[in-house]
Amino acid sequence: MTDLLYLVAVAPFTDMAGSPAFLVEVLLGGVFAGLMYSLVALGFVLIFKASGVFNFAQGVMVLFAALTLVGLLERGVPVVVALALTTAVMVALAFAIERLVLRPLVNQEHIILFMATIGLNFFLEGFGEMVWGANVKRLDIGIPDRSFIVRGVQINQLELTAALTAAVLVTVLALFFQKTRIGRALRAVADDHEAALSIGIPLKTIWVVVWSVAGVVAIVAGVMWGAKSGVQFSLSLIALKALPVLILGGFESVPGAIVGGLIIGVGEKVGEVYWGPLVGGAIENWFAYVLALAFLLARPQGLFGEKIIERV
Amino acid sequence: MIYREAGQFKTSYASDQAIFPIAQDRAVVLLALAAAFVGPPLLASEYWLQAILIPLLIYSLAAIGLNLLTGYAGQLSLGTGGFMAVGAYAAFKLTTAFPQVSIVLVFLLSGLVAAGVGLVFGIPSLRIKGFYLAVATLASQFFLVWLFNKVAWFSNYASSGTITAPDRAVLGVTVTGPSATASARYLTALALVTVFALVAKNLVRGRVGRSWMAIRDRDIAAEIIGVRPLRTKLLAFGISSFYCGVAGAELVFLYLGSAETQAFDIGLSFLILFMVIIGGRGSILGSVLGAVFIVLVPIFLTNAPHALGLRLPVALQKQIELMVFGGLIVFFLIVEPRGLARLWQITKEKLRLWPFPH
Repeated sequence: MTDLLYLVAVAPFTDMAGSPAFLVEVLLGGVFAGLMYSLVALGFVLIFKASGVFNFAQGVMVLFAALTLVGLLERGVPVVVALALTTAVMVALAFAIERLVLRPLVNQEHIILFMATIGLNFFLEGFGEMVWGANVKRLDIGIPDRSFIVRGVQINQLELTAALTAAVLVTVLALFFQKTRIGRALRAVADDHEAALSIGIPLKTIWVVVWSVAGVVAIVAGVMWGAKSGVQFSLSLIALKALPVLILGGFESVPGAIVGGLIIGVGEKVGEVYWGPLVGGAIENWFAYVLALAFLLARPQGLFGEKIIERV
Repeated sequence: MIYREAGQFKTSYASDQAIFPIAQDRAVVLLALAAAFVGPPLLASEYWLQAILIPLLIYSLAAIGLNLLTGYAGQLSLGTGGFMAVGAYAAFKLTTAFPQVSIVLVFLLSGLVAAGVGLVFGIPSLRIKGFYLAVATLASQFFLVWLFNKVAWFSNYASSGTITAPDRAVLGVTVTGPSATASARYLTALALVTVFALVAKNLVRGRVGRSWMAIRDRDIAAEIIGVRPLRTKLLAFGISSFYCGVAGAELVFLYLGSAETQAFDIGLSFLILFMVIIGGRGSILGSVLGAVFIVLVPIFLTNAPHALGLRLPVALQKQIELMVFGGLIVFFLIVEPRGLARLWQITKEKLRLWPFPH
């Protein structure tokens, strides 16, 4: 018993104190992984904020964006043109989704819309693979997957780039939401659909904009994840990685997605490295969920989610 | 003209509160049941029984279980696969440890084990609601599957980690394991579904079901009129998990024969949820209809190109199947968000008026 207690409560901490450089490496790895999760979670948050739709297809949108980009690059299209074309494809996709899926389902319950996005998930998965092929592809955008060492701590250049991109993206999005006319309209729609409609904000346009922005975020996430682990079907499963980030940070909060991502990323890495061996490893599949669950029990709407006020 | 209750007078409370108050309904249901018990074992081929009818019955049971939780009590759950895994592994452990115990009893006991696990994972529902709860139930899905994968005790230290259904007999007929005939397995599954569907139907008509629906429609209001949220929600989780556990045990013992944890992954949870939504939330019949739809559509899609004389590459066909399946789901949600059960209800109302339009 004391042995077990020692292994759980003391040994991991002595390990940490024993090699601080390794601890920093683990923490940094967690931060980078967390930012990658945040990139995916961000897409969920944007759509949920503006339309109340829990978009399960975000993971497949990431895959689809990456597939499109790689497919174009393979056909010898220059990087910049390929990015522009991919953006155009994602915007077209947003239009199609609004017209064919969202508009007929307006005013339906949340669970119905959620189901519809799962249907969309299947469709896009089949469509993406049919157009671009199902084999694993390598995405090379000119960032070397190399590591360099700063004061004994290994840093991966690709992960660093991803982290910086995420930071830039979040800043841009925050400015977009706070300062521009469309951003204000988006927030108005998020607050109250009907009130927004009554003061003349076109709901349809807003939905297209928001799904397009989520599509662009999906491109960024797709590029980063694709460069890291290749473009393949499993890319769509990162949606499942982003869900705990989402509930931890709160469904409606952009900063929540970032902070949630950091907490999950760091918690997962530290848990896996220091406590994982105790239970036989491979805990990263559920550890994030349990971590998020623990937070939720204290704060049911997530860390930054809007407080749920219930009336009868 | 044919489907009309004119002249059917109710002279007792019992007949007034019957599950099928209209004589035509009773006749149709009884005939359908009789046909289901007699027809397929005599007529259907091995392929039909094994590939379509048996999974259909098992998924129906799981869908009924999830419908009790999601459709009636309003608690969105994505942990169905995990609870089914609990049932399957519990049944495997029980029947290998006590081979003389009847397999039906083993199924019921493994359902109870799953119910216990469901109760534990239902506790967060007291504080967390909606999509937050849905994602939180994913924790149970991933954790349980990981647990069964990691701890070799659950699979009796089999090196491959698979659990295999041994031969077990009911009333002298082998119903599980490699030597059981498809007919025997089909009849076992059908009998279990029939009994449990009847139980579920009665549950949701009574006090328990009404308190679930009160919680679903407005939980604070329900609390004010005296429905205890703690007991009601946990009861829903427990009973739903019981159904899922029995279905999980059946999945291995009557359908797959042997399985690894991959059989119970997140895909299974989504599949069952689809059945509930497509079939109709808050309807026992809907659960069965949803299962029929979800089982038959992929089989139809697989065979349709052949029937049309098209020769497609396997990969392309798989992709088209995915696209059509996804498209159909969206299409059905748009046409009737309340599911197939609602379509059936509309048909019945139309039939009552037929041949008059109003």
